[in-house]
Amino acid sequence: MKNRLKVLRAERDWTQAQLADELDVSRQTINAIEKGKFDPSLPLAFKAARLFKLSIEDIFQDEGAAEQGEYSQGGY
Amino acid sequence: MSITKQESSKLAARTGRNTANLRNWALAWVITCFIAVFGPKWWWDFNTLLSSIAVSLNLAVGAGMILSNRRYLQGLDELHRKIFLDACALSLGVGLITATAYGMLKNVKLIAFEPDINHVIILMCLTFLVGTIAGHRKYA
Repeated sequence: MKNRLKVLRAERDWTQAQLADELDVSRQTINAIEKGKFDPSLPLAFKAARLFKLSIEDIFQDEGAAEQGEYSQGGY
Repeated sequence: MSITKQESSKLAARTGRNTANLRNWALAWVITCFIAVFGPKWWWDFNTLLSSIAVSLNLAVGAGMILSNRRYLQGLDELHRKIFLDACALSLGVGLITATAYGMLKNVKLIAFEPDINHVIILMCLTFLVGTIAGHRKYA
């Protein structure tokens, strides 16, 4: 799963530790999510969405669905 | 949004509290194990009532340690919970497979001594440790 967490965090000039504190998780968890090594649970994704005042889809994108979208746009 | 220092230690404080609680229960459990094993020989000459009380106390404190471990697990954030549970699964699997094979060794005369459950417990602890380290490295 792809995500824009790093970009959104950078836009607000927050550190990983600050974001981790806001979401009540460890900095290691934020780092793993940003690197795409770990997919957050739905409650954590909702929490992040509330924090950034965005929808979940604006932050997290399913890579499989994104590829399908590209194919359908390309006429497959 | 306001990010303050005060907010920053919620997870750390909770984990620290739960870790201390688990450590105390684990220590109490080890002490009751010691009493249940050595008490009959050293202090009360295998008195049935006292031995029963010692074993019951060991089981009761063991139950407390299990609940404390559960609280510790629930207090972790989701990545660390996953690392913990993955390590538990590895440890349980290795323990089950090894204990079964180890138990057969004496019957098929591959070893001369009686299999000792403590060997399996040590192996499970080491496997859990390796699983935890591997999990932390994986998500580092």
